[in-house]
Amino acid sequence: MKKTYNIDVDCAACANKMEDAARKTEGVNNCTVNFMMQRMIVEFEEGSDRKAVMEKVRANCKKVERDCEVYI
Amino acid sequence: MNRKQRIMLIRIIISALMMVILSFIPAKGALRFILYMIAYLVVGYDILLKAGRGIANGQVFDECFLMALATAGAIALAIYEKSGDYTEAIAVMLFYQIGELFQSYAVGKSRKNITELMDIRPDYANVEKDGKLEKVDPDDVEIGSVIVVQPGEKVPIDGVVIEGYSTLNTSALTGESLPREVHEGEEIISGSINMTGLLRVRTEKEFGESTVSKILDLVENASSRKSRSEDFISKFARVYTPAVCIAALLLALLPPVINLLSGVSAMWEVWVYRALTFLVISCPCALVISIPLSFFAGIGGASNAGILVKGSNYLETLSKTKIVVFDKTGTLTEGVFEVNGIHHNIYENEKLIEFAALAESSSSHPISKSLQRAYGKEIDRNRVKDVEEISGNGIMAKVDGLPVACGNDKLMCRLGLDPVPCHSIGTIIHVAVDGRYAGHIVISDVLKSHSAEAVKALKNIGMKKIVMLTGDSKKVAESVARTLGVDEVYSELLPADKVSKVETLIEEKAKGESLAFVGDGINDAPVLGRADIGIAMGAMGSDAAIEASDVVLMDDDPMKIVKAIKISRKCMGIVYQNIVFAIGVKLICLLLGALGIANMWLAIFADVGVMIIAVLNAIRALFVKNL
Repeated sequence: MKKTYNIDVDCAACANKMEDAARKTEGVNNCTVNFMMQRMIVEFEEGSDRKAVMEKVRANCKKVERDCEVYI
Repeated sequence: MNRKQRIMLIRIIISALMMVILSFIPAKGALRFILYMIAYLVVGYDILLKAGRGIANGQVFDECFLMALATAGAIALAIYEKSGDYTEAIAVMLFYQIGELFQSYAVGKSRKNITELMDIRPDYANVEKDGKLEKVDPDDVEIGSVIVVQPGEKVPIDGVVIEGYSTLNTSALTGESLPREVHEGEEIISGSINMTGLLRVRTEKEFGESTVSKILDLVENASSRKSRSEDFISKFARVYTPAVCIAALLLALLPPVINLLSGVSAMWEVWVYRALTFLVISCPCALVISIPLSFFAGIGGASNAGILVKGSNYLETLSKTKIVVFDKTGTLTEGVFEVNGIHHNIYENEKLIEFAALAESSSSHPISKSLQRAYGKEIDRNRVKDVEEISGNGIMAKVDGLPVACGNDKLMCRLGLDPVPCHSIGTIIHVAVDGRYAGHIVISDVLKSHSAEAVKALKNIGMKKIVMLTGDSKKVAESVARTLGVDEVYSELLPADKVSKVETLIEEKAKGESLAFVGDGINDAPVLGRADIGIAMGAMGSDAAIEASDVVLMDDDPMKIVKAIKISRKCMGIVYQNIVFAIGVKLICLLLGALGIANMWLAIFADVGVMIIAVLNAIRALFVKNL
């Protein structure tokens, strides 16, 4: 299942880092960060709890780029 | 400028002022160090903090860490050498921050400009309640409700006009600047702007299913489909920074060690300084920012011209197009019948059409309709008498008292006349007036006015082959192909044959080239899907076409294909320029740095300068009006 979230990030390199971090999160099948539109499109694994996964995604993103925000 | 940016600007100004003032204060020793450190921390404390956090999280090759290391290293060198020259380290930090600020400002600004350009989203719909207009969220309007669109407002939802007359500006949707007139009973499409009159509209779709929502969805998601160039850049950035850091480490250690071993002085300061210069150049920001920005601007510019590209990857493929395959009906031709020629006439063209149109005025056959359209004036039925339809032959009638016969060869033979055969392709209507043969009228599916021009323009911009596929008869297909200058034509094809034909063409083409198929999306969705690039034309309101294609032309002008290819090429040109320019300048700086020709000043200027130029160049992709 795919879902789009608004994000807030300052630089394109940081956006790439967030994308990497989100992809590595458990429960995430794939993820694309669109820096230009400030969006994150997350493809969840079958049967995963979206909310819990997104919390982890946010935590992981904050680890690589402290200034970023993911609006869940 | 947002709050973050303003604070940054203030910090930069304070630090810069301090630097100027400090250069006039002859402070020495520890005091000098402390004063300069204040300037350094004012502008760079966040970088140092981030660097520390990066290390804690295992992000060693973080750009903040690199900047921190480079500047701290330069300060350490200044202390070690007792030169007291801290200016360089602070200047590097200062310029780095100026660059970051510019980037965040410029990107934010252009992001806003581009999204505004694409912003056709209506904010509200007017619903009439108890004689008063009420503004509601378009999402809440149900199918079949009546909405009111006032002059100057956007049509929020697709529907049918039930009352009113107005002109609509559809340029945000189609790029077509000519306004469109609408009357009662006509369908109107959301996203267009009502210019003159008040319209009452019965909605036919929900907001989410309306044209404007579909287009917005498509354009907003377009830049999420990343192209190969973008993937290349993010991979490159991942390798580049660590590689430069390792090179810096080697540069700091190897030459001095070799010097020591060969008995010369090690010159540690020189090589450590050069290594620190490397670190300044190691940030890949110019590349990482300018490539997606170029694509974003390209897609934005294209959508403003009525060309919707569904993703950066399609823009890239489109730019490599070498073979264009057209569907005939509805793409190169109008798909409606029109009078296309009048030959061997003994009256003037207008007069012959007038006779024919009047004689056929009571018929609703498509051919009669096309004659009446060609006549163009109000038909006075009183001038027509004694209409007699001879099935399979034509019509006989008295027009202004003169006997007129319109029909095929058989009708002429029946009247004992000798019809002149026609070489033109299409349906031939022979006309006899007052017992004499008066000429014939050719009716056929007309070519679009820009088709021939488009084919020629496509060849001019380097297309290797223009192919036409059609289900129409061989004779018609070949005549159309000849007129337009199409290279290859395949006729009498069923929809499935079109797919296999396109597959053969794809197999035949050279590597690195792509094949574009252009159709109207009505019955060629499978072919649109099969081609490297499927271009749907005149797709306003046709959901199937929007779904199946990769590029959607909002109106049906074939010249737009040329424009789309030009836009994609310009955009890709900018992408390659930025890649080559940014990587090139960095490599040169690395080389000069290693040789000791470039110092840190030059390195930071190169880094920030490249970024600024690359960003400005990327924005150029937005300007596509004159292509």
